[in-house]
Amino acid sequence: MNAQVKEMSKLALLTAADLKEIDSEIAKYPEEQRQSAVMAALRIVQDSNQGSLNQDLMDAVAEYLRMPPIAVYEVATFYSMYEHKPVGKHKVCVCTNISCMLRGSDGIVSHLKQRLGISFGEVTEDGKFSLKEVECLGACCGAPMFQIGKQYYENLTPAKVDEILDNLD
Amino acid sequence: MVTIEIDGIELKVNNGSMLIEAADEAGIRIPRFCYHKKLSIAANCRMCLVEVEKAAKPLPACATPVTEGMKVHTRSPKALAAQKSVMEFLLINHPLDCPICDQGGECELQDVAMGYGGDVSKYAEKKRVVREKDIGPLIATDMTRCIHCTRCVRFGDEIAGLRELGATGRGEHMEIGTYISKAVSSEMSGNVIDVCPVGALTSKPFRYSARAWEMRQYESIAPHDCIGSNIYLHTRRGRVMRVVPRENEAVNETWISDRDRYSYEGLYSADRLTVPMMNVDGEWRETEWDTALEAAVSGLKDVVDHSGAPQLGALIGPSTTLEEMYQVQKILRGLGSDNIEHRLRQRDFSDQDAAPAFPWLGTPLAALETANAILLVGSDIRREQPIAGHRVRKAHVAGAAVFAVNPVDYDFNFALEHKLVVDPRRMTSALAAIARHLVTITGATNPAGLDKLVQSPEYDTAARAIAERLRQAGRSTLLLGASAINHQNFAAIRMLSALIAELSGSTLGYLSDGANGSGAWIAGAVPHRGPGAQAVQTSGKNLAQMQGSGMAGMLLVNCEPDLDLAEPQSTMQMLKKAEFVVALSSYKSPALLNSASVLLPITPFSEMPGTFVNAEGRWQSFEPAVAPMGEARPGWKILRVMGNLFDLSGFDYMSAVEIRDELQKLVGDVAKDNSLAWRAPEAGQIDGGTLVSISDIPIYSVDALVRRAPALQKAQKLLGPGFRISAALARKIGLKDSQEVKVKQGDREARIAVEIDDRVPESCVWIHADISDASKLGAGYAPIVLEKA
Ligand code: SF4
Ligand code: FES
Ligand code: FES
Repeated sequence: MNAQVKEMSKLALLTAADLKEIDSEIAKYPEEQRQSAVMAALRIVQDSNQGSLNQDLMDAVAEYLRMPPIAVYEVATFYSMYEHKPVGKHKVCVCTNISCMLRGSDGIVSHLKQRLGISFGEVTEDGKFSLKEVECLGACCGAPMFQIGKQYYENLTPAKVDEILDNLD
Repeated sequence: MVTIEIDGIELKVNNGSMLIEAADEAGIRIPRFCYHKKLSIAANCRMCLVEVEKAAKPLPACATPVTEGMKVHTRSPKALAAQKSVMEFLLINHPLDCPICDQGGECELQDVAMGYGGDVSKYAEKKRVVREKDIGPLIATDMTRCIHCTRCVRFGDEIAGLRELGATGRGEHMEIGTYISKAVSSEMSGNVIDVCPVGALTSKPFRYSARAWEMRQYESIAPHDCIGSNIYLHTRRGRVMRVVPRENEAVNETWISDRDRYSYEGLYSADRLTVPMMNVDGEWRETEWDTALEAAVSGLKDVVDHSGAPQLGALIGPSTTLEEMYQVQKILRGLGSDNIEHRLRQRDFSDQDAAPAFPWLGTPLAALETANAILLVGSDIRREQPIAGHRVRKAHVAGAAVFAVNPVDYDFNFALEHKLVVDPRRMTSALAAIARHLVTITGATNPAGLDKLVQSPEYDTAARAIAERLRQAGRSTLLLGASAINHQNFAAIRMLSALIAELSGSTLGYLSDGANGSGAWIAGAVPHRGPGAQAVQTSGKNLAQMQGSGMAGMLLVNCEPDLDLAEPQSTMQMLKKAEFVVALSSYKSPALLNSASVLLPITPFSEMPGTFVNAEGRWQSFEPAVAPMGEARPGWKILRVMGNLFDLSGFDYMSAVEIRDELQKLVGDVAKDNSLAWRAPEAGQIDGGTLVSISDIPIYSVDALVRRAPALQKAQKLLGPGFRISAALARKIGLKDSQEVKVKQGDREARIAVEIDDRVPESCVWIHADISDASKLGAGYAPIVLEKA
């Protein structure tokens, strides 16, 4: 059978800035190992597309790194930091792993759900917040904790959560 | 070599081999799921854990290399405990739905669970469910049953060379799939069914139709290509239910192509011819064998009596058995005619006297993969000869450089180091360019007339690179494929290829048409040579000459005149004008009903004994797996009776084996020599016109049987309508993708939707003969005119 050869190029979905950044990642690896940059490339593309990926974007990465698309899907679906559905402007990643659980993450989660009116995997109507349950982020000594963007917030209480969220635009 | 001990048995094994290989060799069975001898080692299922003395924990036998003095226990309490625990984990998420699973009875999981599983599951929690995926018409999926061994993923990656299946998600959410449901497009995709140890991937056409233990297994030979893959036919109550590979390392290893796997469906097509039929005054009637045979013989006798034997001819499909071919030519020659032809898709016969005794691969099939350089000449090898394509891919993976001189930029599952994708009118000049460079490189004398053929300075860089690499390679080979052999200038292409082979020290091989394209020459199914390439007194008419002069009487064997020939139109005309046509066929197609006077039902390969000679010259005989359908009879029996009715001597065969033995004795060892002395070929022109059509036979249209296999036809439909032009040409005419265009060729016209495909040279139109409405047009490589509709 004919492997479909006629598929359209999706490279145009990657911006010049993305490509430049991906190139600098590719440069870190030996010439014939372009695909080593796949994780970085996916992060870069996700960041410049409102925080989530879709099939076209993954195909574009595959094309640019000369990988079979399925190999990119494998990576993108394996790691939890890649999103396959739209996320809020602020992605609240709450740890519910053992240390946080023992220190009351359940209460933090229910407070977040109530305040934002959403469950895990959902986005608030205004698109500002989304909620995600994550495994141990290595900050057990500050449990319970969550991560928003690149920032860790530790020793959370409901009041502290409100304060943090209020201060985000 | 190192000495190890497994279960107390001392073994000498190769350094570097894995424990599981050593155990397999010694017949010690270690349970496994992810390990497969033809695939890379993944060691992800852990089923093969064994106890190794001095190791703290059980080790996976598939990923533990042997070392001197190693002592291994595969059945010690520690090993068994490990194996049982792994089994328990593997079954946690398994649906245990064996009663409704097609794999039941031949399932590795079931077998191993019998040996290592508990009788009751401790697991009472919810099990995960994975949705089925539609991955095309050939393979059914039940992904909940998948145990994530990744054999299918590795098969795609390493063997098929197309990474389409993959494991997405992680942990409990891991799933095997193509992510976006997409038909698996490998020409060998069905092999994932065999590698899958559970019932996650099964055969779609076979689904729910039989149980493994209800079927009988018969050895056979696949009837579609020049490889002759070894297969098993699985039958139940006299019906072939499915086809699976039979291991033969020298031929097909453990694989078969999808064409060989699924074509059996065509055996039961509604238009099987199961009763002899006669055309009486324009009306078709079913009749008795005696009447039909007498009518056939007396009709052909009349032709000989009234018009003379030279007015009688035979066309034989290239997938006909050796025994039948030999008898057909024996009858014709006995009656005084040498007009015997099996080269149904060939167009240029001008150099047939210089042809080898039989066109062979030039090297054993297995040796293809050890070549350092391979030049494909006019071949879409993946689709024409999937298993040979696989060997070429293996050579490429091992580092060989592969080149192509092709009329279309076919997509291969290996990279081409250099390619010359040329308008078919320039195939000869591209080859001449390579040959010319070899003359310079080797300092050989320049063969007379070569320079005249080199017209293409633009091919120079690639041509020189190809010439150099072939020369340096040490072990190199040229392979002539369908678009070389069926080319209007085949003689020139063959001559130049032989020259390139000689100057570069390469072997030259043919990828011949059908399952017995090589055997046909040995059996004498050509007009200019008898069996074993013996000279004949006067050469008979070849296909082109028969078409040109017209014939009074014709005998067709396994040949659908509208689909199996290079020039269907002129063949149909020739048959219509003939006084008397007898067809031996397994199917009653409209074209045969239109052109024949008598139809004699012969059995397909599954219902009779026979022999195919593959491209290596390997004689492979097979026996029937099921009884003939209806009144159909094996061709060799019918031809024997016909021989007797013609009063010819030497038709007293009691079995097909006798015929084969007679032929074998007659021909002895047929020379395997494809070399050719230089004779300046004609430059040859495909006259006139700016645009030329390239028509090739799509993968699932090669013969009557595959054309009737529904699942393969569905798969072929996914290819699109099969009328392709380059974007540049489309722009010139002002066409968009899928837009209709008016097509003129010769005196015929059609309206066809074009597909834009940049693999086609700008001056060409690529037509999949048979699929496309374009098959109603004229000849293969011929001028064609496109106009905006
Ligand atoms: S589908 Fe079959 S071969 Fe593929 S990973 Fe699952 S069990 Fe293994
Ligand atoms: S368990 Fe929450 S940070 Fe480690
Ligand atoms: S067979 Fe060894 S880990 Fe799967």
